[in-house]
Parts: sequence; structure tokens; C-alpha cells
Amino acid sequence: MGEIVWLTLKLATISTLVLLVVGTPLAWWLARTKAWWKEIVAAIVALPIVLPPTVLGFYLLVVMSPDSLLSTLLGGRGLAFSFEGLVIGSVIYSLPFVVQPIRNAFEAFGERPLEVAATLRASPLDTFFTVAVPLASPGFLTGAVLGFAHTIGEFGVVLMIGGSIPGETKVLSIAIFDYVESLQWDKAHLLSAGMLVFSFAVILLMMLAEKGLARRRAGWGRA
Amino acid sequence: MSVIDARFAGGQGGFTLDTAFNVPAKGVTALFGPSGCGKTTVLRCIAGLNRMKEGFLSVEGEVWQQGRRFIPPHKRPIGYVFQEASLFPHLSVTGNLRFGLHRTKNETPRILFDDVVALLGLSRLLDRPASVLSGGERQRVAIGRALLSQPRLLLMDEPLSALDRFSKDDILPYLERLHSSLSIPVLYVSHDISEVERLADHLVLMESGRVKAAGPLEDLLADPALPLAGMPEAAVALNARMEGYDPAWGLSTLAVHGATLLVPANLGPVGSAHRLRILSSDVSLSRSAPQGSTIINSLAVRILSAEPLGEHQMNVLVRLGPDGAGARLLARITRKSWMDLAFQPGETVYAQIKGVALVDRSL
Repeated sequence: MGEIVWLTLKLATISTLVLLVVGTPLAWWLARTKAWWKEIVAAIVALPIVLPPTVLGFYLLVVMSPDSLLSTLLGGRGLAFSFEGLVIGSVIYSLPFVVQPIRNAFEAFGERPLEVAATLRASPLDTFFTVAVPLASPGFLTGAVLGFAHTIGEFGVVLMIGGSIPGETKVLSIAIFDYVESLQWDKAHLLSAGMLVFSFAVILLMMLAEKGLARRRAGWGRA
Repeated sequence: MSVIDARFAGGQGGFTLDTAFNVPAKGVTALFGPSGCGKTTVLRCIAGLNRMKEGFLSVEGEVWQQGRRFIPPHKRPIGYVFQEASLFPHLSVTGNLRFGLHRTKNETPRILFDDVVALLGLSRLLDRPASVLSGGERQRVAIGRALLSQPRLLLMDEPLSALDRFSKDDILPYLERLHSSLSIPVLYVSHDISEVERLADHLVLMESGRVKAAGPLEDLLADPALPLAGMPEAAVALNARMEGYDPAWGLSTLAVHGATLLVPANLGPVGSAHRLRILSSDVSLSRSAPQGSTIINSLAVRILSAEPLGEHQMNVLVRLGPDGAGARLLARITRKSWMDLAFQPGETVYAQIKGVALVDRSL
């Protein structure tokens, strides 16, 4: 059972890191661009919120199957039923939950701090890292926590593209399902209770941290 | 070539700007006009925060915008003070002050941290987070932050308009000190004439996206053709030099261009410079040297011109001195007096000045 928890945490951690790296520039672009087609991109990013996970999983399975175009480009190696495949699936599935809070945070402080930084000789890249990211830190916190928690909780996508290979793709939510299927109630109880406590702790910590951040700086408006 | 040469033309959301002016890159130049006349847009164009379709900008001989050439704001040696202080809430006061300073590493700073802290009275604020300061304190930090980025041109967009009367009075002396102790040219946007009279040397008068007039403050304030002279509180500004103090009466003698004036106050050492403000409604004219009057400032002046003002008043432009070679003064008198006394342009008459206000300003 330790292996299951370890694999789940590993998947969630790696996925969250990838999500932040991919999601931050995307959120920045969505918050700043004046391109007319930005809401189309935003809608595509948001799709996993409404799409049944099995539908997403199905298409990912098609793309990742050994004879797909992608797999041919990767040298004939299909990503389905592999850990890497799970990471890709998780990133796509959790992307809206990371991009949306970060985008909102980038939009919340408006143009002014960026203009101030420019008049203080900070280049756009410098401004991004020393002004935009710190000011959007509550959004990053929310995005990271939601992305992490969502990856831990996902079931449908994993079932479709990951299956249940011990040590490779058998994560917590799948394991609970398997235990219930095979009538091992005590193990299902243990993992489920663990998830319940974990989820509660995550939400509580996030709320406290956000409150703390908000108190530390009484908002851009006042400063 | 110590000038700022700016021309901007273009539209933005139903508003058209078509401005051109040329002001010395020295002292304080006020961009003055009613709200919505485009003065902030002009300032933003100079900073590079806005880009007009057609524009030319050169500052002290260096071209910042011309045709396709456009230097981005972070590469322009400017300081910008916004209407709201806009401090970075994630940094302390020190962090805010040093933000621009850190980014000028390859230059030897001319404006030093400790000097700015002393100049703006910031020493007891340094360790505080930016969010706990009062409005006036925040704006002082914002000014210090802009100065420490070692600007060659300081742009200020109504830095006092978001403050209450009390905070304004708190900041004005600092701005005046800034003017006297640093030799950075300042472009100052304002719609408050009393601020302009107090701070500016030059004036760019704007109206609905266009420049109406530009020139030295004294000239524009005393120009009857401009709307400034028709304002209820119209006044002229005179630069004066301390000549002496008579402790027996508590009067200072001040020399202005073409005359001397007595002011009831001790204005410090002989030779010190001051700015005086004389309301046009405080000046009356008489044909002969007045005798038996309580008014101590009675001067020979020459009438230059007169314009009717409303139904019953005249705005009379005079110059100090019997030969009319001195500074300009406006007198607001009734049309009846003007007709009864049959004043004519070119005549030498006497101006009685009821009040001389000292614009608190140590140069």
C-alpha cells in the first residue's frame, strides 16, 4: 500500500510542477493579450471541467496508442499505460484548475504595477518575475493546491490511459476501486479515510495561507 | 540643446490629441488644463507608456521617438510619479525605494539613497510595509523611488490630487525642496492653478487635446488673451529678491523686475529668492500718486492693454515702472472706473496693490 501512496504523491508532485511551468505563461498570455481569439484558447483550456473524464481519457488513449502519429514520432513507443502518459493526462485534466486562478490573479492587479516597474527601468521579463509573480502569489498558491489535489483525485482519465499497473500506473483512486471490487473493505476504508483527512487538511491550509497572504499586504488598492 | 521637443498626434477611444510644444529641460514645467484635456496622455507619451500613431520626442538632443524609432519606457531615463502612489505592496518602503536604484547598476548614482531619505523625510518609514503608510507618506515614498532611479527627466502626474488638504500641505514643501536642491527638469501635470503658481517656472496650457500656449509662467499668467487671466482668482507670479528687512516696522523690501515691494514679514537673508503672487482683484489704478492711503505698495505702471471681462469689469494689463519696462501685472477694475477716468493704453498711472501673497518657496 506504501507503493500506491508513493506513486500517487509522485504523480501529483510532478504533474503540479509541469502544470505551473506550462500554466503560468498560458495564464499570463490569457490575462494580457488583446488577441480576439484568446477566449477560444481559454475555452479549450477549460474543456476538462465539463468533459466527462472518460471522454478525455478516450481521446488521450487514441493519441497515445503505440500506432498513433505521436508514438511514431517518439520512436514507436506508446505512452498509454505508462507513468509518463499519466503525467501528460493529469496535466491536461488539471490545467484549467491551475490556469484560472493564476490568470485571475494576473488580471486583478491591472496594468499599473507593470507600468510603474517599466518607469523604474525594469525590463518586461524582470517585471514579470519581480512584480507580477509576487503580486499573483495567492493565485499561484490556489492553482498549485488545486492542481495537486485534482491529480490525486482523478479517476476516469487514469483508468482509461493508465490501467492499474502496480508501481507504474496504480494510483490511489484506482487502488480504492480495485479493493472495493475484490471486497477488501478494510484496505478501501484505510485509503479512503486517509484521502478524506488529506483533502480536508489541504483545503484548510490553503484557506489559512490565502488569508495570511491577504493580511500581509492590505491589497494593491491601498498601497 | 537643453530642450524637450514633443509632438504627439493620434486618437484613442474617441479622444484626439494633437499637441506640439517645446520647453526648456530645466526647472519645473507645468502641463495645465481642465480634466480630460489630454495632459496625462501627453505625459504618458513622453514616458513611452502610450504610443501615438504620429509622434516625435527629443529630450536634451536625444531622440526617444521618431517614425519607427520608439525607445521602450524601461530604457528611458525618466522617473514617473503617478496620481496614486502605486507602491509595490509586496515590498517594504526600502524595497520600493531601491527598486529602481538596483536597476541602474552600471551608472554611478548622482542621487543617493541617504540624500533622498533626508530630503523627503523618510527615515522613520524605511522598515514599514508599504501598505501601512498614510496617503501623504506613500506619495513621498513614490517620489523618492522615482528619484532614485536616477532620472534625467522627472514626470509627475497630479501627484497631489488624490490627497486631502492636510497631506497636500505636507508634501508641497518637499516638492519645493526638490526643485531647489536637484537640478532635474520636471514635467508636472496639474489642474490646480495654485499648485502651478507655487511650483512651475514654465507652463504648457492645454485645452481639449491641443496646446493653447506655452511659455514662462509669468508671461502666461499675465496674458489677457488666455483664459487664465479671466479666472476669478487670476493672479500674476513675480520672482523677487530680498533687499532688506526693517525691524522697526517688520517689513521686508523685495525687488521685482521694475519695482520694489514691501511685504509684512521677515523673509530671511538679503539676496534670497522668493515668489510673490498678486491677485488681479487686489490691484487698483489711480491717475495720480495716491496720498493719504493705507496701502503701502503704490507703484508707477504703464498701461499696455485692457480687455472687457464680463459685463461690468475690465482686465487691465500693466507693466511696472514709469517707462513700462518691468514685470507684468493684471488689474481688475470696473468698466465704469475705466470710462470715468478715461484711461488709455500707453499712459503712465499708479497701481495700488492691496495684498502681496508670498508663495512659500525657497529657491
